[in-house]
Amino acid sequence: MAVIFELAVQGAQMLLVLLLAPLLIGFVRKVKARLVRRQGPSLIQPYRDLARLMRKEVVLADNASWLFRVTPYLIFAATWVAAALVPTFAAGLQFSWTADLIVIVALLGSARFFQALAGMDVGTSFGGIGASREVMIASLAEPAMLLIVFSLALVAGATQLSTVAAFMGSPEVGLRVSLGMSLIALVMVAIAENARIPVDNPATHLELTMVHEAMILEYSGRHLAMIELATFLKLLLYVSLISCVFLPWGLAHAGAGPKALAIGAAAYLVKLAVLAILLAVFETAVAKMRVFRVPDFLGAALMLALLGTLLLFVSRSL
Amino acid sequence: MSRKGTPALSDLIEAGRRIEHHAPWRRAAVTAKAWSLAVEQLAAGRWSLAGLWGEPDKVHMALLDEARDIGVISLDCRGGRYPSVGQHHPPALRLERAAADLFGLAPQGLPDTRRWLDHGQWGVSHPLAARPGGPAAASSYRFLAAEGDSLHQIAVGPVHAGIIEPGHFRFTASGETVVRLEERLGYVHKGIEGLMTGAPIDRAAKLAGRTSGDSTVAYSLAFARAVEAALGIEVSPRAIWLRALMAELERLANHLGDIGAICNDAAFALMHAHCGVLRERVLRAADTAFGHRLMRDRIVPGGVASDLAEAGTSAIRSLIGEVRQRFPHLVELYDNTASLQDRTVATGRLKVELARQYAAGGYVGRASGRDFDARRDLAYAPYDQLAFDVPVLQEGDVNARVWIRVREVEQSLSLVEQILGRLPGGPIRDEVARPDNVADGPSEGMALVEGFRGDILAWLRVGADGTIERCHLRDPSWFQWPLLEAAIEGNIVADFPLCNKSFNCSYSGHDL
Repeated sequence: MAVIFELAVQGAQMLLVLLLAPLLIGFVRKVKARLVRRQGPSLIQPYRDLARLMRKEVVLADNASWLFRVTPYLIFAATWVAAALVPTFAAGLQFSWTADLIVIVALLGSARFFQALAGMDVGTSFGGIGASREVMIASLAEPAMLLIVFSLALVAGATQLSTVAAFMGSPEVGLRVSLGMSLIALVMVAIAENARIPVDNPATHLELTMVHEAMILEYSGRHLAMIELATFLKLLLYVSLISCVFLPWGLAHAGAGPKALAIGAAAYLVKLAVLAILLAVFETAVAKMRVFRVPDFLGAALMLALLGTLLLFVSRSL
Repeated sequence: MSRKGTPALSDLIEAGRRIEHHAPWRRAAVTAKAWSLAVEQLAAGRWSLAGLWGEPDKVHMALLDEARDIGVISLDCRGGRYPSVGQHHPPALRLERAAADLFGLAPQGLPDTRRWLDHGQWGVSHPLAARPGGPAAASSYRFLAAEGDSLHQIAVGPVHAGIIEPGHFRFTASGETVVRLEERLGYVHKGIEGLMTGAPIDRAAKLAGRTSGDSTVAYSLAFARAVEAALGIEVSPRAIWLRALMAELERLANHLGDIGAICNDAAFALMHAHCGVLRERVLRAADTAFGHRLMRDRIVPGGVASDLAEAGTSAIRSLIGEVRQRFPHLVELYDNTASLQDRTVATGRLKVELARQYAAGGYVGRASGRDFDARRDLAYAPYDQLAFDVPVLQEGDVNARVWIRVREVEQSLSLVEQILGRLPGGPIRDEVARPDNVADGPSEGMALVEGFRGDILAWLRVGADGTIERCHLRDPSWFQWPLLEAAIEGNIVADFPLCNKSFNCSYSGHDL
């Protein structure tokens, strides 16, 4: 019986991330629109967009290979699994013991690898530009992310997110410089990974400035829907990651009853909303940076994460 | 002005065969020798090219000399040939290629003989020539080569991801750095010059107002003033002042829109939204005052089509109050946002010498040290009685082009106030008819009007029957598009949209 309940909770988590991801994007867009005094599209517009794309016919380039066709599903599957592994409302779910934070980073890394390949597959110049820029960003964002993981692991004694979350929620954490640095670095990596301003502009129509959008310019129909949904999931993943590691309050722990789960779910929604508003405010307040400034930006994230890790070697209490 | 070896434009025109009934400036048919002399002056940078256009058997060139004197010289093209201006003075290249496409005139020595407006889709070649030819064979367009290791080409357009006009941009890049940009335009050719020929004046005025939608007031004004010059019509003072009012409102709306749009290309949506609100206020005030948001067809030869009522005056006054109150905050926001400044400062630098050589008008020229404004330097009414400054900067980057716009918004606000305060009464429209004192032959008129992009040239000939025999409208973009190619060199590909928006050249006005 307990196993069935555990499985049901795990299933609920997987469905929850899938269903919430478009809402999160819709919410960020709505807040951004309100901040610039626009009405903005409805909160559920991303769902409608996905439904529209699913119905539409797929237009494929003549020279598109099998890789181009399977990549959307690969990206979606990898991102969904990764997103489902991050504790949202409850830690210590059934599947969370099968994979740790490094696996999550690796899943996202492989999704990106296929996306960059698919971007170059058809051979348009924009796909190539997008893929090369994306890989340039990734080559700095991924090491920074791994260093953040090391910092957390050194503090919490595990790379397992449920353990990290439990540790971060306990009183023995205290104020640590290294964690502050990790948080800032993680936010910077999250912005870059999700192609948000100032690294990339998710709303642009200017093909020459695109990074993420340039890679998927050739996609249409259900392929595009899969990639878009994966993009939504990725944002949700990072927001969940930040909230589970740095804002672990209200998180239900392994073996918790329905009441704790309900509190966890409510707390999770509040955290999502707060972080989404912060993201929207930040995006409204800054302009996009030059492409060649992005390495500086991510270099700073890498250095912060590295410093955080080094500080922990100097003293375990920092 | 006539130092030894540098003749004034007036001397050159004196020496030629003066054409009767060309107003307000003079036109002369010159010899090939005098033509070459003028080209020498252009190439030496002493004179500026204000326009070059064809007719079935001649070619005309409008020139501006150091003393801001304007004149037109014309050369008969025997066998459809004339000595090329572009081989010595590059700003003429595209104008000559366009004239070759439309009239079949062959410039001798033109270094670039590729077709420009004619993309082989017209079903006829040289449509405006005395005898149009059969359809031009569709040939592939050979872009200029750039050679080197690891260079790659990026083709952008003509259809873009955003809803903008069509134009093709061919980048040769080394990684992210642009080595060369070549534009290909002509996709929105509407045949306005062909449609004008033989059209009655009122229909031609409508066509002129549709040359470039965002400059419809400036185009109507240029056309109306050219017609009035040709026919010797005196326009009532009230109409003249109302025209200036419309022109300044149009400038306000476009500059406000541009400032926001440039920031939006750096993904700074906040400025875009606020500038968009202000632009909308201008358009609504224009709608209340003149009955059309963009004031299309409100300026007609002989006057203006709608008078300003009390409601309009108060709408414009409250608009000025609102912009004056809110715009300074936006300017401050622009100036204090470091991430935005990082994008605009030192991006897309246009050299002062190039702006001067190409006689670039508007904010493109004034941001690169070219101190020219048709409103001040040609002092057409009512600007001769108004006080305003012409901002000039030397930096020539995107930031400078934004600042020129900011300063011009401030000047336009002051101009609108002055105009409203001193608006004379009286009729607003006169009959357009050939006065009896004009001879039976055709009469020609010309006007140079400062639109928001720069100076628009209108030249036309009204026939004895009162229809337009030939009309040429030259958009400021003719001399700005080539400069964009120069300004982007050495910048990164991802900065092109920002540079392009800061130039904001017209596709429609250029393609005609």
